Amino acid sequence: MHISIRNLCKAFGNVVANNDISVDFAAGQIHGILGENGAGKSTLMKMLSGIYTLDSGAVAINGNEVLLGAPIRSLQVGIGMVGQDPLDIPVFTILQNIAAGAQIAGHTQIADSFAAWNALLGFELQPHLRIQQLTVGQRQQVEIIRLLITGSQVLILDEPTTGISAAQKDALFGALRTIAREGKTVLFVTHKLDEVAALCDTVTVLRAGSLVGTQAQMPVAKDVILQAMFGDRSAQASFTVGHHHPNGTLWHLNDVVMQSANLRLGPFSQEIAAGQIIGLAGLEGSGQTLYLQHLAGMRLPRSGSIRFLNRQLVGARHDAVYLPADRLHEGIIPSMSLVEHVQLLHKHLLDPGQTARQKVLQLIRDYNIKATPDIALELLSGGNQQRAMLALIPESARVILVEHPTRGLDAYSAESIWHRLQERCTRGTTVVFFSADLEEVMTYSDAIIVFYGGSLSRILDRDTLTEQSLARLIGGVGFAEVMQ
Amino acid sequence: MNNLRLARAPLIAILVALLMTTIVLATTDAEAISAFTVMFSGALTSPSRVADMVMLAAPLLLCAAGLSISFAAGQYNLGIEGQMTVGGVISMAVLRQYADGGNVAVYWIIALLAGALAGAAWAGVVALLKQYTRVSEIFVGLGLNFVALGFSLYMVFGPWKRPGVASMSGTEPLPDSLWLPVIGTTRVTLITPLVAVIVLALFWFLLRATQWGLEVRASGLSQPASRRLGVPAVRRMIQAMLVCGAAAGLAGALQVLGVYHALVPNLASGIGFMGLLVALLINADIRFVAPLVLLFAVLTAGSIQLPLSLSIDSSISGVFQGFLVLAMIVARAFISIKERA
Amino acid sequence: MDQLVLDLAALIAMSTPLLLATLGVLIGERAGVINLSVDGSMLLAGMVGFAVAFTTQNVVFGFVAAAVVGALVAAVVGYLGISLGLSQTAVGFVLALLCTDLSSFLGNPYVQQSGPAVVAWPIPVLADIPILGTILFHHDPLIYAGLLLVPAVAWYIERSRPGLILRGVGERPEALYARGIDVVRVRYTAVIIGGALIGLAGAAYTLDLKQGWTYRHTAGTGWIALAIVIFGAWKAYRITFGCYLYAALQTIASRMQVNDWNVPTQVLQVAPFVVMIVVLAVVNSLSTPAVQTWIVTIPAPMQRLFAYITSPAPASLGKPFDPAG
Repeated sequence: MHISIRNLCKAFGNVVANNDISVDFAAGQIHGILGENGAGKSTLMKMLSGIYTLDSGAVAINGNEVLLGAPIRSLQVGIGMVGQDPLDIPVFTILQNIAAGAQIAGHTQIADSFAAWNALLGFELQPHLRIQQLTVGQRQQVEIIRLLITGSQVLILDEPTTGISAAQKDALFGALRTIAREGKTVLFVTHKLDEVAALCDTVTVLRAGSLVGTQAQMPVAKDVILQAMFGDRSAQASFTVGHHHPNGTLWHLNDVVMQSANLRLGPFSQEIAAGQIIGLAGLEGSGQTLYLQHLAGMRLPRSGSIRFLNRQLVGARHDAVYLPADRLHEGIIPSMSLVEHVQLLHKHLLDPGQTARQKVLQLIRDYNIKATPDIALELLSGGNQQRAMLALIPESARVILVEHPTRGLDAYSAESIWHRLQERCTRGTTVVFFSADLEEVMTYSDAIIVFYGGSLSRILDRDTLTEQSLARLIGGVGFAEVMQ
Repeated sequence: MNNLRLARAPLIAILVALLMTTIVLATTDAEAISAFTVMFSGALTSPSRVADMVMLAAPLLLCAAGLSISFAAGQYNLGIEGQMTVGGVISMAVLRQYADGGNVAVYWIIALLAGALAGAAWAGVVALLKQYTRVSEIFVGLGLNFVALGFSLYMVFGPWKRPGVASMSGTEPLPDSLWLPVIGTTRVTLITPLVAVIVLALFWFLLRATQWGLEVRASGLSQPASRRLGVPAVRRMIQAMLVCGAAAGLAGALQVLGVYHALVPNLASGIGFMGLLVALLINADIRFVAPLVLLFAVLTAGSIQLPLSLSIDSSISGVFQGFLVLAMIVARAFISIKERA
Repeated sequence: MDQLVLDLAALIAMSTPLLLATLGVLIGERAGVINLSVDGSMLLAGMVGFAVAFTTQNVVFGFVAAAVVGALVAAVVGYLGISLGLSQTAVGFVLALLCTDLSSFLGNPYVQQSGPAVVAWPIPVLADIPILGTILFHHDPLIYAGLLLVPAVAWYIERSRPGLILRGVGERPEALYARGIDVVRVRYTAVIIGGALIGLAGAAYTLDLKQGWTYRHTAGTGWIALAIVIFGAWKAYRITFGCYLYAALQTIASRMQVNDWNVPTQVLQVAPFVVMIVVLAVVNSLSTPAVQTWIVTIPAPMQRLFAYITSPAPASLGKPFDPAG
């Protein structure tokens, strides 16, 4: 099936996610869609699969314009998508998962069709296992078969290789080639260059919501693609923002394995020095959150040991503050004010709020927060919320672990956040942060750890990297040499 | 202008409730206007009726005040009826120890404290099972309501059986000297409303002016965030339930001492559930507990005269209260949807 | 022996309203919607059912009216809980009290009236089977319907494709939405069908098992139904077992009054609640991480047994669904 996308636009509030995108995807081929975090790949795919509606533009299939905007319509015209976190039902068996849904193609013999596809694609799924017993890679395989059984002619895969094993990746690539040979269209969304090189027939690059150049037939030289993905920034001289000098070791990690429901890092050993800013780079969901939560003591390693200040880390500590990405739900209490937050942090049995208020007024001045002491934090702008979060971190904190310190902020607010973090660092606090923004990682880190495909790199000195070399590492190029 | 906006939801809710109740009233021969007149003012027409209203308002106030704490901690305490019942039974156990010539005041105080403790313990079961085994507090609360009723029935028909024949009218009355003293010839005992008001003030203070209250509210709003801010969220949620249970148990004890002067099987008689209605109506905001409790007590006490004066059933006050709460919840939802848009 | 047979027959008959109500609750909850109004719904539907049957002198009309009332109350729960995203617990609780008072007020003229009722219909031939005939086939059509409904609902939820979709919607609505399912419509349909069954449960009292109408006629059966669905872990057969266990303990309790045993009646009457709470607490403790890590080390059949008794609530129970989010 041939898809033509014409002048597609999508904005969320003031943020333009897709800007006037026109591109064709021919049948019987695997099309790579490349771009860094936030380039607009997922938005485009979610519009095709009906999860988002389009603001303007048109989509045609085999020359006939189709109306999208709900998953059922996309499924009816034959477009199906496998999400990064597969949308399946954990308590159902594989067969039940496939049967639960609008059956576009009207198959009644689901078990037979399943067995046929399972064999054809070389998967080894047992139809009566429950989804909750499967790995992410296997769940992906189930989703692929499900979409094929329900008659999808276009298969979209959003970052499918995150969190799956090397063997599963090989199986996946083989299956996708088979599917393309069957005449179906495969759209393969990724940020990993070598995967596009290994698998795809064409490559389409998105940057900042827009298409870069036109679709190109593979092979295309890596440098050309990198240039397209990251633009001229990679040519910029790396600039330095005050160095911090590490003093003493804060964490000793010894043969540590970090594990969550669908991710596993390690085993690896590390020593992390105090008094510096460490940036974690890599695609979102490659284990950075898991890593931060282990450093904070909120999760304990599956095996090995983590020592903090030469003591075994056995649980969350007061002097290691973790700021989660979902701040509005886990970081602050949205309907409470700064005064109330300060009161929660500084315990007095009976406080009419006067001492807390004095402290809050001081914080509002110091951190330049546009707020009154008693206004609910949910009513503040993003930048002010972020500064309020920082202000609420006690001076006694030795460590600040933060996800996306400036996500969603304008340049001015972002800079003022970093100003505060650097001040803290100068006074001896260690900052470990994770950002999807390469430039941010390069600008503010003293040292950088790269996460890629379930592994992490050594602690790399920022000065040994350029934005371009970092981009390569995130894309997996040359990652093996720096691997832990 | 701002005041008008704040008053929007209640105004809409009252109009809708009046309208719906009028429609329900239309199924009878009674005129809606006269029915509303009796409902809204019937409780205020004579001292003895005001007295009945006050004696209903006091336990209701205790329950609603307690619930504003358990709701602040994010817990649905549907077990409040049972907590009230158990409070009554245990206070009765204390009072039965009284022998002529004993110090009455001491017995009162011990009975009230024992009732509060019993209510707290009953709520504690709910809270502990919820926090440590993840069994829904709604399920355990409702189940324990039945268990409490069974306990009370057992005492009335078993160990504390009246000489001769046991009956639903309850145990042998307490000696007159143990009855809480009344004001004049009314049925109002000064101590009952006094205790209720003191408890309301105490809870208001706890919730709004202490670190503990702040932590309870924080735990109810966001457990992960409050833990991050150093609040022992699980402990606060359990404590909030204990406090609510204590208030309900106290209400039960006061019913024994001041109203029934005996243990009757269905001591709670829906007062706890009515307290839940009040709490849902005002979003469990303790500032509005007193006026709304008064309104509900006036309506309920007033409507008792309906069968006699207009030959219609007194349950119409419950119908009005139900529509009022439902309309209020919906009006709040619509206004917040509109404000978001 | 004869007494036991008669007791068992009575047990099956008396459990019918509870059975209908629990199945109604079950269908809604498997789709993710809690209808906490059950007790009030049953009362209002039972009252209206009786009033309609009384006026028309036709029990069938009475049952139809009761089902419609139950469905309407459920539709209100649906609109407020599904469409407006309000707390289903709060809305259901208020409706439970409101409908109770509505039934008391509107039912006032019908108190103590005698109206039509379902007539007994022993099934020819089968009713003559010794013992079994008396226990199972000496009832009326409503009771047979209740008995047949159990396997029907179990089959629908656990084996049929619409039932699979219903369960999916209760587990992970966003997944079903991505699969082209109209989640909102499935939830409305489930809660309304469930509500109709709850309505029938009310009429089962007023037109059959406790014929006539009085205040609070159901004596809290609706609250008990909600508890038994949780106790039965959202599985039709376990819920049915729960209903009969509850009724059996009640029967034993009333027998105790006659026989001069030492266990007080009231204790036995509330025993089911204590049993339910303890069982749930134990079962839930089994699903804590510590126990779960132990469970994977035991033989597979034992694991399946544990999985069966610890089967959790539908994952999205009571949570609103927003397709845009």
